[in-house]
Amino acid sequence: MSEIELKDIIKKENLVYERSKVMTDNVLSFCPGCGHGTAHRLVAEVIEEMDIQSETIGVSPVGCSVLMYNFMDIDMQQAAHGRAPAVATAIKRVMPEKFVFTYQGDGDLAAIGTAETIHACNRGENITIIFINNGIYGMTGGQMAPTTLPGMPASTCPFGRDVEIMGNPLKITELISQLAGVYYVTRQSVHTPRNVRSAKKAIKKAFENQKLNRGVSFIEIVSNCNSGWKLSPVAANKWMEENMFPFYPLGDIKVDGEIVSK
Amino acid sequence: MEKELRLMKGNEAIAEAAIRSGADAYFGYPITPQSEVIEYLMLQKPYETTGMVVLQAESEVAAINMVYGAAACGRMAMTSSSSPGISLKQEGISYIAGAELPCLILNVVRGGPGLGTIQPSQSDYFQSTKGGGHGDYRLIVLAPASVQEMFDFVELGFDLAFKYRNPVMIQSDGIIGQMMEKVELGPQKPRRKPEDIAKQCPWATTGKPVTRGHNIITSLDLVAANQEKFNLKLIEKYKTIREKEVRYELINCDDAEYILVAYGSSARLCMKAMDLLRAKGIKVGIVRLITLFPFPSKILNELAGKVKGFLAVEMSAGQMVEDVELAVKCKAPVEHFGRLGGMIPSPEEIVEALEQKIIGG
Amino acid sequence: MAKIRGAIVVDIEKCKGCGVCIPACPNDVLELAKEVNGKGYNYCYMKKPEECIGCANCAIVCPDGVISVYKVKVA
Repeated sequence: MSEIELKDIIKKENLVYERSKVMTDNVLSFCPGCGHGTAHRLVAEVIEEMDIQSETIGVSPVGCSVLMYNFMDIDMQQAAHGRAPAVATAIKRVMPEKFVFTYQGDGDLAAIGTAETIHACNRGENITIIFINNGIYGMTGGQMAPTTLPGMPASTCPFGRDVEIMGNPLKITELISQLAGVYYVTRQSVHTPRNVRSAKKAIKKAFENQKLNRGVSFIEIVSNCNSGWKLSPVAANKWMEENMFPFYPLGDIKVDGEIVSK
Repeated sequence: MEKELRLMKGNEAIAEAAIRSGADAYFGYPITPQSEVIEYLMLQKPYETTGMVVLQAESEVAAINMVYGAAACGRMAMTSSSSPGISLKQEGISYIAGAELPCLILNVVRGGPGLGTIQPSQSDYFQSTKGGGHGDYRLIVLAPASVQEMFDFVELGFDLAFKYRNPVMIQSDGIIGQMMEKVELGPQKPRRKPEDIAKQCPWATTGKPVTRGHNIITSLDLVAANQEKFNLKLIEKYKTIREKEVRYELINCDDAEYILVAYGSSARLCMKAMDLLRAKGIKVGIVRLITLFPFPSKILNELAGKVKGFLAVEMSAGQMVEDVELAVKCKAPVEHFGRLGGMIPSPEEIVEALEQKIIGG
Repeated sequence: MAKIRGAIVVDIEKCKGCGVCIPACPNDVLELAKEVNGKGYNYCYMKKPEECIGCANCAIVCPDGVISVYKVKVA
């Protein structure tokens, strides 16, 4: 067996993976280890693979991913807090042939924007919604989110979420899966290679569904917020597996318009 | 060509004008006294004829954000509501102004505050002309005084909105919205094609072709120095609008010793009051505002050097009168007369107010 | 039998040293450097480059997309 030097491996013809060309060169503004970056990248990769860069319009929310438009090399609009599904509704209605997606955090989608989320879903807008659930308000500094787990501390529930006082976390993904206008609902994560591959497949399906004109494709990505959770990135991913996944179990919830029986 | 005349409500005229001006989208939510706008559109089904999108949103908040989404695609998008609904839209309007998007917003004003009343009022003047939502911004505000102007101001409004990349508001009221008058309809204009939109709105988010960089519609800039620069750019734009887009009508001002300043329904009431006063030998003229922003300060200031006083007549507790005072700069007395909460002043009351507050004052 | 050899190139200045790539590697190739980049992060590098099979697991979990992967069959 002949030995081979690194310089002979690192050649253009041997390249098997690189950052998507549908991303800009800007350095992502997220904290180290944040799943937002991975989710951004998957959206970009799907757009690149489907060759729909010129036909895609994205809507970024208020929150950590507000600057998504700086990282994605596609036309994008930044929406008011929670309003992305209404904004996306209009984009798709005036340009039905385009691919339209929103990218929203838990505060944006499941608290302040609950009405816009539910009604866009219920109308069956032919869009893709990507929902990043990390159980906390990251951008504003770690406050309680609609999806903060019972007992989980945040800066506005420093002793842990007491459901007697603060109410229950909202499983909005299960809720919207019940709506007739929703065609595809799945819950994914992006913290391991296996999960990344699965999430990417789901995002691709969600974009391809827009060609069918059957309604909303909704992808929840349970993700980490190591800064907000006050854990190292790797420890945050472990905490997520042990605490978030039992409450927000991964897997398909509704496929091709049919609820997946458990 | 024979004129196309029709008897219609102000709210219907707005809707018909939207279709005929080639608008791309209307998003609304029912509220009295303007629900006829969306009702008329749904009856006409322009989505089957011109391809115009008409959608009843889940709230005024959603509707204005739909306008944001469509406007950001370079589309001619509009919404309509009445006072409480316009309050709800303010967040979205601020974002639209901050993102420099063109759109048309109709406010068929009713009495407030709060749920107030469904009767006509002009108590949203501050909200319309001083910004309304958060941040330093202005709307171009048109004030129709007839059903014909409701029709005409739709096309004018869209033209101004696209010319300046700025939201335009038509501030009407419950009288103009609900009353029926003869309207001469303009011709049906075709909707712009995607290539026309790309040319007219190179900033629009219609999908990034390889020939250009990606377009971003946002009102965010986290760098304070950049945000200040952007605000200065907006101020510069408003300055241009103030210089070029002031619209008003002078009625019998040449020999006038007293001026009634009014807009919309109040201006119509002032017409009768002026006749009554002139019959008494009192020389009264009217400055009817057509644009509330930009405000016709210059002409009022010029008249201030010639007349004995101004009466600002508006169905509010005194909002426009502040701009009249600023324009007149203490060169002549300025007083206010208004009825509130949905009450409509009679011409006789206006006569009495002028006689007591200005002539006798 | 053909053997697969891989290699990664890390965009050192964009790496934030989060370490998420390290447990993703099936062959324990990666480590955070003792040195730091311009932003003060201990960036990722291949401590055992000869073990890399170019599976791209590290790259696909990298939140910042700073890893490029190369792969070649060696006779």
